[in-house]
Amino acid sequence: MRDKRAFPIVVVGHVDHGKSTLVGRLLHDTGSLPEGRAEQLRVQSERRGLDFEFSFLLDSLQVERDQGITVDAAQIWFRTALRRYVIIDAPGHLEFLRNMVTGASAAEAAVLVVDAKAGVSEQTRRHGYLLGILGVRQVVVAVNKIDLIDNDETHFQAVADAVRDYLGGLGITPAAIVPLSARHGENVVDRGARTPWYAGPTLVEALDALTPRPPAEHGPLRLPVQDVYRLQDRRIIVGRIESGRVAVGDLVRFVPGSQTARVASIENWNGPAPATEAATGRSVALSFDHEVFVERGAIVSAADNAPRESHVVTVQLFWLDRQPLLPGDRLSLRFGTAEQRVTVEAIEAVIDVESLTAAPALALPQNAVGRARLTSVRPLAIDSFADSPRTGRGVLVRDHRIAGGFVVEDLPGQSRNLTAVDAPVTPEERTLRNGHGGGVLWLTGLSGSGKSTLAMRLLRGLTDRGRLAYVIDGDNIRQGLNRDLGFSPEDRAENVRRTAEVARLLADAGLIVIAALISPSAPQRAEARRIIGDRFHEVHVAADLAVCEERDPKGLYRRARADGLADFTGVSAPYDEPAAPDLRLDTGELGIAEATQMLLAFAEAAFVSEAAATGPEAARPPG
Amino acid sequence: MDDLDSLEAESIYILREAFSRLRPLAMLWSLGKDSNVMIWLAKKAFLGRVPFPVVHLDTGLEFPEVYAFRERYAKEWDLELIADACPPIEDVDQTLPPASRLAARKTHGLRQAIARYGYQGLIAGIRRDEQATRAKERVFSPRGEDNAWDFRDQPPEFWDLFHLDFPPGTHVRVHPLLHWTELDVWRYIAREEIPVCPLYFARDGKRFRSLGEIGITFPIDSEAADIPSVIAELRGTHSAERSGRAMDHEGEDAFERLRVGGYM
Repeated sequence: MRDKRAFPIVVVGHVDHGKSTLVGRLLHDTGSLPEGRAEQLRVQSERRGLDFEFSFLLDSLQVERDQGITVDAAQIWFRTALRRYVIIDAPGHLEFLRNMVTGASAAEAAVLVVDAKAGVSEQTRRHGYLLGILGVRQVVVAVNKIDLIDNDETHFQAVADAVRDYLGGLGITPAAIVPLSARHGENVVDRGARTPWYAGPTLVEALDALTPRPPAEHGPLRLPVQDVYRLQDRRIIVGRIESGRVAVGDLVRFVPGSQTARVASIENWNGPAPATEAATGRSVALSFDHEVFVERGAIVSAADNAPRESHVVTVQLFWLDRQPLLPGDRLSLRFGTAEQRVTVEAIEAVIDVESLTAAPALALPQNAVGRARLTSVRPLAIDSFADSPRTGRGVLVRDHRIAGGFVVEDLPGQSRNLTAVDAPVTPEERTLRNGHGGGVLWLTGLSGSGKSTLAMRLLRGLTDRGRLAYVIDGDNIRQGLNRDLGFSPEDRAENVRRTAEVARLLADAGLIVIAALISPSAPQRAEARRIIGDRFHEVHVAADLAVCEERDPKGLYRRARADGLADFTGVSAPYDEPAAPDLRLDTGELGIAEATQMLLAFAEAAFVSEAAATGPEAARPPG
Repeated sequence: MDDLDSLEAESIYILREAFSRLRPLAMLWSLGKDSNVMIWLAKKAFLGRVPFPVVHLDTGLEFPEVYAFRERYAKEWDLELIADACPPIEDVDQTLPPASRLAARKTHGLRQAIARYGYQGLIAGIRRDEQATRAKERVFSPRGEDNAWDFRDQPPEFWDLFHLDFPPGTHVRVHPLLHWTELDVWRYIAREEIPVCPLYFARDGKRFRSLGEIGITFPIDSEAADIPSVIAELRGTHSAERSGRAMDHEGEDAFERLRVGGYM
């Protein structure tokens, strides 16, 4: 019995309605306390001149005893004849709602404690409402302190009706409503003598009747990518299966985007046998039949059933931060392993937990629940909560703090409220005029490999031949457009994205764009290729780390080694060698003039011969 | 999936989250059963190789069997071991009771390691069922510049969307075994055949249930001389795991004071 994983329950309700006392009583009456613990606490209470309280069993921190309130979600185990339980004693004090959320989110079921005399109160309602958002649908109501209403059946029924009505409005049907007294041990484990009129289950009987939520085995595959490892020469994608299952040979799709691949193997260390499939809940490591370029945050999905991509999302959310949420606020949205910057376009409503009605709102204050519309620059690949609960929810982060949680209500079908405007001048017309097409040469390589030098020589060469060319240099763009970005993985990704977008615009305008930036990540270069399309040409400016470090034109390697510069490519951050570049120039072996010549020839072939093909002759209408 | 599979999957998920976001990262290796399980899980998470150093906060007062275990498995498991000596006892708060003071040396050793190696993430093998104070912990638990743990003002943590975004100057304790119980740990050790220090098994009617420094750690009465008997013993016991650890009992708040000050 003790070997089964415990059934997690949370105890919620208004402050002072007796949650900690109830938990203490449960531990005591089920015989779940370590030997001597109750005695030890009796002695301590006596020393403090207090009557022994069952809540002392939980409130084991000094500060809690001093203040008389439970601070945090302590997890405590108890066992019944049927199974083990882990109790998360969530506190009721208003300012600690974040702790209630922390506790309840991990629970299969909730015990909602209501004081028989005080009845349904503010926190009873707010906690009830949050249980709904958090996905805790199994609720047992404990109407506590039944002795304070003289064990009166009519009075109890009135409280029970009020709770049932309120939860009914949230779509929750309580599994049981139990009249009990935690202090006197009535109807908790043992049936009491005070309520002869009550024929329903005791609290423990009601709990034993609950069932665990089934895992999302039958849902579509959802595997948020945590990381990409390298094993020998293969890229291994790791993550946990949040829904569905995966088997060797399955065709999967990576979102955002449209890459697909077949699962080649499921890797493990010291596993019982080579795995051929894995179920919901497993942490897995997958290799694929060909190289896939994805990063943390992507979702490995069923090929025929992937999350939708959208720039706008409507969420139901609870807000925990002291500073209210306002329209126009910029936040980080995290779901699965993804993180995206979003803007609060509108706060659509705040929910009055008393009446359960939605009212228009200009802001969402701390501890409020409401609905908001969020927009993002990059597409969000996310499910609606109704379709896939585990991947249709997430958190909002502001100033390094988790400030709220959300579930996705709605995803507009169309990807953006913008439509591209057709220009009256076509690319063909520009090509004709300029004598060459527009496009991008993307020079990637280590710092010191010679990217900038080659880019500038190529610019000279092309310009001398009458081509319209332009250099986007990584260092230069970081001083202007991208001066708000650092060198963290997120910032590097954004640096590459912006650079690619600018390069695309210039290429549209007919220029031969030479982008010179380290761009160490293969997935990010794949993203640049996606943004720019066919006109993207990857040039690997290759030189050994030792050669680059020897050159060290900006003294950066010396600093990286001496001061331990974080995130320095080649030293403290990885560089993904391009697997199949359109051109590879080994500047360790080639002289600078030779490398420039090769690059120039490549550029002429890529952009100028294309112009000839669409030149006046070819453009003439047939006949 | 059985319950041990679920625990394993959750811990691997946590270790991979930590490795993806916190650098430099290290794992605290106390040489006890829990941290051996953590190393095992890390080998699973990272497909055979632990990709960060393991740190033993060495007071010089471990049992000889513990040092022998360290030397053997640091090699066998191919670990990058950091075992710097903790600062001397004279540096530790003199108002703490004697055993707690000895334990607090580890806290100083930990601060020294953080200062010396600049760790942003430290993986520690604490569990909620060990001790009431640890029950309050988060899986990703941020510490301020002074290493302090403010249990009254902890960030929310839900849906496995762990707190991964930190202002400079903070470091994070990562607790991949937080949800495990002592019995889970032993059942997993049995299933996976994970090596543990021989002190856990009874000799002459005594065995250690929890390992700490010589002088402040005491064995319990036991006849359990192998893993199955340890599991059988635990199934029947009601006494607390850390009952042999002197600093837990020197005052009802001694352990909490240790933890607020940065102890694991």
